[in-house]
Amino acid sequence: MSAPRTFDTNASAKSETVLQRITALRQPRLLRGLELSLTVFALCIGIGAVVVIDLTLFGEVTTTLLPAGVPYVLAVLALHVVVRRVAPDADPLIVPIATLLNTVGIAQIYRIDVSKDLVGWDAVSVRQLVWSAVAVVVAILVVTLIRNHLVLFRYTYLMGLGAVVLLLLPMLPGIGQEINGARVWIHIGSFSFQPGEIAKILLAVFFAGYLVRNRDALSMVGKKFLGIRFPRGRDLGPLVAFWLIAMLVLVFQRDLGTSLLYFGLFLSMLYIATGRIGWIVLGVGLFLVGGIAASQTLDYVGNRFANWLDPFSDPLGASYQLVQGLFGMANGGMTGTGLGQGYPGDTPLSQSDYIFASLGEELGLVGLFVILAAYLILVGRALRIGFAGQDDFGKLLAAGLGFTLALQVFIVVGGVTRVIPLTGLTAPFLAAGGSSLVSNWIIIALLLRLSNAVRNRPKLVIRA
Amino acid sequence: MNKQLKSLTRTVFGMFIVLFFAVTMIQFVSADELRAHELNGRTLKNSYKVERGSILVEGDPIAYSTATQDDYRFIRQYTDGPLYAPVTGYYSHTQGMTGLEQAMNQDLSGLGNTQFFTRLMRTITGVEPQGSSVETTIDAEAQRAALEAMAGYEGAVIALEPDTGRILAMVSTPSFDPNLLSSNNDAEIITNYRQLEADASQPLINRTIGGDLYHPGSTYKLLVAAAAVESGAATVDSTFDNPASLTLPQSTAVMQNASRTTCGPGSDVSLMQAMVYSCNIPFAELAMSMDRDAVPKMARAFGFDQELSIPLTVTPSTSPNPMDAAQTALSSIGQLDVRSTPLQMAMVAAGIANDGVVMTPYLVDRVITPDLRTERQYEPQVFSNPISAKTAESLTEMMERVVSDTDGTGHVAAVPGVRIAGKTGTAENGTDADGNERPYTLWFTGFAPVDNPKVAIAVVIENGGGAAHEFIGSSYDLPTTVGKQVMEAVLGQ
Repeated sequence: MSAPRTFDTNASAKSETVLQRITALRQPRLLRGLELSLTVFALCIGIGAVVVIDLTLFGEVTTTLLPAGVPYVLAVLALHVVVRRVAPDADPLIVPIATLLNTVGIAQIYRIDVSKDLVGWDAVSVRQLVWSAVAVVVAILVVTLIRNHLVLFRYTYLMGLGAVVLLLLPMLPGIGQEINGARVWIHIGSFSFQPGEIAKILLAVFFAGYLVRNRDALSMVGKKFLGIRFPRGRDLGPLVAFWLIAMLVLVFQRDLGTSLLYFGLFLSMLYIATGRIGWIVLGVGLFLVGGIAASQTLDYVGNRFANWLDPFSDPLGASYQLVQGLFGMANGGMTGTGLGQGYPGDTPLSQSDYIFASLGEELGLVGLFVILAAYLILVGRALRIGFAGQDDFGKLLAAGLGFTLALQVFIVVGGVTRVIPLTGLTAPFLAAGGSSLVSNWIIIALLLRLSNAVRNRPKLVIRA
Repeated sequence: MNKQLKSLTRTVFGMFIVLFFAVTMIQFVSADELRAHELNGRTLKNSYKVERGSILVEGDPIAYSTATQDDYRFIRQYTDGPLYAPVTGYYSHTQGMTGLEQAMNQDLSGLGNTQFFTRLMRTITGVEPQGSSVETTIDAEAQRAALEAMAGYEGAVIALEPDTGRILAMVSTPSFDPNLLSSNNDAEIITNYRQLEADASQPLINRTIGGDLYHPGSTYKLLVAAAAVESGAATVDSTFDNPASLTLPQSTAVMQNASRTTCGPGSDVSLMQAMVYSCNIPFAELAMSMDRDAVPKMARAFGFDQELSIPLTVTPSTSPNPMDAAQTALSSIGQLDVRSTPLQMAMVAAGIANDGVVMTPYLVDRVITPDLRTERQYEPQVFSNPISAKTAESLTEMMERVVSDTDGTGHVAAVPGVRIAGKTGTAENGTDADGNERPYTLWFTGFAPVDNPKVAIAVVIENGGGAAHEFIGSSYDLPTTVGKQVMEAVLGQ
């Protein structure tokens, strides 16, 4: 309500039409230069971290990571070049942030390798670098092959079927394998993979397609109770079906984290599609019932709850990892011990499930804030693509993928910091593990593709 | 759809705020607590990395770190290890820490909060981190005299400066050499530790402040007298019946004086006389004549049943309220459930010496940074004021007679030309499994000189002086001699 300004332009406003006030047709700025410089910056942070670790622990710079590192760096730069070609309007922050998290994770894994005297192909960091390169190449393929995300819409049900098959694979005798109690691995030759990680993406695509097609039925008005509208009984089918799948994962694959992740993904997308809070209430209620029943009947779930509530009741046994993680993070304090100067290796699974605590020990509270902020920006970009999306399928898919990332970070970090019971999920991009890397880089590729569709419209610039 | 996206975005923000909060709670708010947790192996490992500060006695290091070429980078060494073991404790890679090494670890390792900025500056300037040094209050000569005087005995000596609370000597025998546990050879440490741990005479325990504690025996009569004189229930000249034996009320137990006869001639005995000859019956009568809780209350005012950190953790001495008259009588002569550390009885003597004001005992004089700046100075603090100066004067008068009277139980402590106050004690320890009486615990506590006290002391000798005295040595003799020698060492300077 700025009166003087209205007064100034009063005379001309009468004679000008909107069309006359359009001064330019602004092409969106191509932000590929920004992406390149940020990506190089992210790579430099990772390389710098490795150099710091070498200087701290050996007093000289070593070349152990060079053979595996070069292909990775080249792959990341190749991704940038490909994006320039096939998705020039893609969001410029996505690749740098993924690269940052990935390289920081590799540096920390390398640091723990050194403390455990792991070298060559035994070194987790070398394998992680190779997997990262593979994952980035897969991302390049996805972003090149899927030129329009609506292609995915066509294969909605195939994706759903694929997800179910992938989920069932570890249960097959012969190739299925149980590691640390969870049966989520397949093993062929010397090659092991967690198909559930890829299933996560297929599920997101399936949900997006399915919900866009069926949301009218699902958002039908039902009875109102306590101020919340609940769906009709006959529409409950999909919710119950998916709840059963999540429970099957919990019981047969013995993986609380994955079960929680899938169900959370489903509920969030169901809510975005229908706008009915009743679904969330029902779904969360169902999952709590299932979870509490599981904690009473399944030993592994019960133990996790017990450790969560009182980690110091058995600090040398069942909750050893949790307690060591807390000690490690406390050792880091505000500023961290500095790379190479803490004892992250004292915590079991410090390179995978506990990479976050390892980073907290050596980079401190400050470092963890940066990492959490990086995740938050990445998720924020995905949600922003959801907001700006032109079609419902794209909006739903972007938001779903973004929320999976957020939920996975919450489950992992919340488990380590005792917000929720500890589960076996891994921190996206940071933790050692090939399947997780491939799946998360595919998410990056999809986000690039989706954001390209959002941004490539010219904007009218209107003079005020 | 954007409305739902908006609430989803809010949810995501909420989730991350929870994570930011949780991480802050662990790495900032409760970090110190987690670092201090007994199972936290990282804290010990961190301390290896710095050149640990020294522990000093009169400016000379008794514990110090020297650089080595191995992975530990430093080795901890102790000068006169056995002499100062109760003070320094040990610092071991596999067995943790005790003594000042443990109590002052934050300062010695340079990891204390007060050193945060020093640490930060060092990181920036690239100077190797170094811990602060700790200067103790120990008087080297008194410490040496105490250990020499205790040669051959199991027990403890502690000497305090009455008007400040500074600990001048702290000796616990048998002692051990902390060098045995501080080498950089883990296997060797474990062997040595097992050996020391298996030793029946328990050399690793600091008897002055911990272990199983001792019955204070007759030294506890000082507290009976203090309670009585302070409350006006008795004066130095009050008299009591003087029977040869006393059957305790509602029990068959019979109490006798140490002489097994009356307390000197006559049908009456004065409080002064009872103190000088250390007679049991008059004190039992006196305790029973007062409120049942009066003596335990006085004991607590002197520090019984209270937590104390010097900064080594002191096991609280115990003085429970008696349940009946018989218990009151037995407690009054320091038996039954009354148990005390030597430090506690030294505090009683020091409080009487210091006109009724007990000063908090302390072992650390100051903390010195590597660049020789005083980082922290410990000042004398009043612990309690259990009795008036007048009561203290009466007690002193009696204690002086214990030593100056040729028939006094503490006469051996007399030094020509010096007014010395003292009290002996012989505590019974019941019978062993075969029904044989266990050897007595022998006590001496006192202070000197009376007109201007410089030292208060408590001496305990276990097992009636041990094999050399056929386990039947006397408190008039053995601990009193030790006490005399230590007081002379302090006063001779």
